[in-house]
Amino acid sequence: MISIKQIDKKFGKLTALENVSLELQTGKSYALVGPNGSGKTTLIKSILGLVIPTSGDILFSEKSIRHDWKYRDKIGYMPQIGHYPENMSIGQLFDMMKNIRGENQRSDEELIDAFKLYKMYDKRMHALSGGTRQKVSAALAFLFPAPVYILDEPTAGLDPISTEILKEKIIHERRMNKLLMITSHILSDLEELTSSMVYMFEGKVHFNNTIEQLKHETNEVKLSKALTTFIRQKELVASVSEV
Amino acid sequence: MTRVLKYILYDILRTRFILLYTAFLFISTFGLYQLDSDAGKVVLSLLNIVLMVVPLVSIVFSTIHFFNSYEFIELMLAQPVKRSTVFLGEYMGVACSLCAAFVTGVGVPMLLFGINANALTMLYTGVTLTLVFVSLAFLSSVLTRDKAKAIGIALLFWLYFSLIYDGLLLWVVYSFSDYPLEKITLVLIAFNPVDLARIIMLLQLDISALMGFTGAFYQEFFGSYLGMVLSTLVLFIWIVLPIALAQRIFNRKDL
Amino acid sequence: MKKLLVIPFLCTCLISFGTAIPVGSTHAVKTIKQAIEKASHGDTLIIYPGVYREGNIVLEKRLTIIGKDYPVVDGENKYEIFTIHADHVTVSGLKFINTGVASINDLAAIKVLESNDLRVQNNKFENTFFGIYFANSTNCRVEGNELKSDAESEHQIGNGIHLWKCEHMTLDNNRISGHRDGIYFEFVTESLITNNYSEGNMRYGLHFMFSHNDEYRNNTFINNGAGVAVMYTKGVKMIGNTFEHNWGPSAYGLLLKDIRDSFVTGNIFKKNSVGIFMEGSSRIDFKENTFSENGYAVRLQASCDDNVFERNNFSANTFDLVTNGTLVLNTINHNYWDHYEGYDLNHDAVGDVPYRPVSLYGMVIEHMPSAVLLWRSFFVFLMDRAEKAVPAITPDNLKDNSPAMNPYDFHKAN
Repeated sequence: MISIKQIDKKFGKLTALENVSLELQTGKSYALVGPNGSGKTTLIKSILGLVIPTSGDILFSEKSIRHDWKYRDKIGYMPQIGHYPENMSIGQLFDMMKNIRGENQRSDEELIDAFKLYKMYDKRMHALSGGTRQKVSAALAFLFPAPVYILDEPTAGLDPISTEILKEKIIHERRMNKLLMITSHILSDLEELTSSMVYMFEGKVHFNNTIEQLKHETNEVKLSKALTTFIRQKELVASVSEV
Repeated sequence: MTRVLKYILYDILRTRFILLYTAFLFISTFGLYQLDSDAGKVVLSLLNIVLMVVPLVSIVFSTIHFFNSYEFIELMLAQPVKRSTVFLGEYMGVACSLCAAFVTGVGVPMLLFGINANALTMLYTGVTLTLVFVSLAFLSSVLTRDKAKAIGIALLFWLYFSLIYDGLLLWVVYSFSDYPLEKITLVLIAFNPVDLARIIMLLQLDISALMGFTGAFYQEFFGSYLGMVLSTLVLFIWIVLPIALAQRIFNRKDL
Repeated sequence: MKKLLVIPFLCTCLISFGTAIPVGSTHAVKTIKQAIEKASHGDTLIIYPGVYREGNIVLEKRLTIIGKDYPVVDGENKYEIFTIHADHVTVSGLKFINTGVASINDLAAIKVLESNDLRVQNNKFENTFFGIYFANSTNCRVEGNELKSDAESEHQIGNGIHLWKCEHMTLDNNRISGHRDGIYFEFVTESLITNNYSEGNMRYGLHFMFSHNDEYRNNTFINNGAGVAVMYTKGVKMIGNTFEHNWGPSAYGLLLKDIRDSFVTGNIFKKNSVGIFMEGSSRIDFKENTFSENGYAVRLQASCDDNVFERNNFSANTFDLVTNGTLVLNTINHNYWDHYEGYDLNHDAVGDVPYRPVSLYGMVIEHMPSAVLLWRSFFVFLMDRAEKAVPAITPDNLKDNSPAMNPYDFHKAN
């Protein structure tokens, strides 16, 4: 579905992505993991066309996304921090998004209902708490049924009940054979939601396989343990090679 | 395009700032008319507002607004929407609302106290300058990622066109005062939209006569059909060029 | 004895009133020429309505010519109409149209040569080359005439009322428009110009040269090509006139060139490119004039000295005063300047700090006309502010030491 071909991204002297190649397939759900500043968000933004790679190419359904914008129709995106026009009410925001997508597209308002956002339709964006904003972002990401969902820190700042609602939604979509890509620092969530993992470190992909494979390789049962073990191994190898 | 524009416009018109700006213009214009019964003098006093305040407010507000809508732009760009649609939508939104504020704030008192050709020229130059400076604001916004830096660049643009350029122009006139400078100065004027707007306005106000033979030359030029078309064209270039350049940069920009 | 004195008096009366000769298509005398031929000194010709096309009419008898309901005397674009060479002639109530146009002869509707004590009253002139023309005459009155022409360029038209080498003349209540100069005075002395209205003439509303000891009062000069010019003259009184809307690259409200010992009092200068332009003039009193909405209120060339500007009102002028020199030998005092920003702590209605009417930018423009492009720019504003705070370039001694805080109300005083 999405193939990332050897992309590099430099912000001035800083290298954010270095020779990243990935094949993301329909029906799989990927956990994008890595420490802060490892290039996860840059990678996501590259896929969305928000960041333009210094070199390399990204194909969406075998078509380069450079100079294309229509493919974004097929992506539901939830940003890490949702900022919205401050004077707009929630209702207007949803209306606007529907309006921009076109009248003929059917919308999926399951999350709006589940989060009871319709009760706050008149509330303006600047009056919203961080959690409510996050709910709005989530509802927007799923507002239009799409074959691909990219969620950047979806559960950050949500209360436990809302987190569960969102997770259920994600699991539901996953069962619908969608491509999911989720970043999170809450590994227990990822364990529930995803099957594959992409581990990034300093702009490079260090691991790209199923979670089962990772657990198997590291001989651990829980993802969190598996990951830490994996990182330790990596560090060990790195220190040895440095010597 | 219109769909995006609708919401941007709606958003800006709701901010208090635009309302304050409209009120400021309205009160100033209304007050000037109240203080002075001579409509011609009112237009002259308004000229200072149009030449100084309008560019300043336009460029600073547009720059701040651009950075305040950064995440919104990001949200839009994650949708199946063209970059240029979002960018030009933002431009049109800001430009339209600032123009609307200007036309309302200045135009309504003018209508109340009697509108004439001078007043219409004033509205025309005010709207044009607004468009030019919003255009420059968008250029300074895409030149850097830092809001403070962008406002700095915007202020520099304003200062340059309102003050520094004229100083340089006077220096040129002084240095080459032994040569016939009419045509050269005419060209130099075209490089500063504020000067161009000011001169169009002054010639309309019929004060050009005091400018002596030099003034007569300029009046002949600006008063002619060709001159009007050319000056309008140059102002149009001043609107289009910065925003086109900004658009090019924006299309390659990372968010 | 008394009876003896009465007889010659009666005789004179008979002579001066004479007989009345009616002229018109329904009367015995059909043409003015015939009537003049028939008439003797002191007769009155009464011209009845109609159109008289008689070429050049020469009048050398002491006659009174009175038109009834403005009979038309037509010069058919070929002739001078009346040529008068006789004293005590009165011409009134006629309408003169279409004189000839010539570049060598000054063809006029009424030309008076070497004659005294004439009256030209309440006539109308349309499309005449010269309207009323006097040469070498004294003691005449020109009153209540209306002169209208619509020439398109200066050389196609003569002056409205043209006086050359005259004395003791009075011009009162005439309206002149569309001529080259509205009123032209050359070598005319001891004369009075009052209540005239001169508008839209190609060159000057009033053109005045070598004409000493004249006075002009309460006239209005509007929208003339170059305003009013008074030159090479001494002892002129200019009182209560209005100079308005003389607008153009070389137009002045009032141009004073080589004038001495004169008075300019109580005039209004409004909306002129330059209110007063003066060069080579000295000992002129400028008092109680109002300068408003002019480009330059006063342009004082360095060749002027000993002039006094006192109790004038300056308001809404772009530049109050401009001069091209640094040495100033004129007195400026007690004027009202609307650009004045000083204060009056002791409340005596006189500003406590001097006003400098010459702005730096005004000086700059004098030297670099191209700098006019920067007019009303922020830069110029700051430049003038800086100069006001720390005067460095503008003439130090050119200032009003006791500027008035409020405008004078001259109408109330009158």
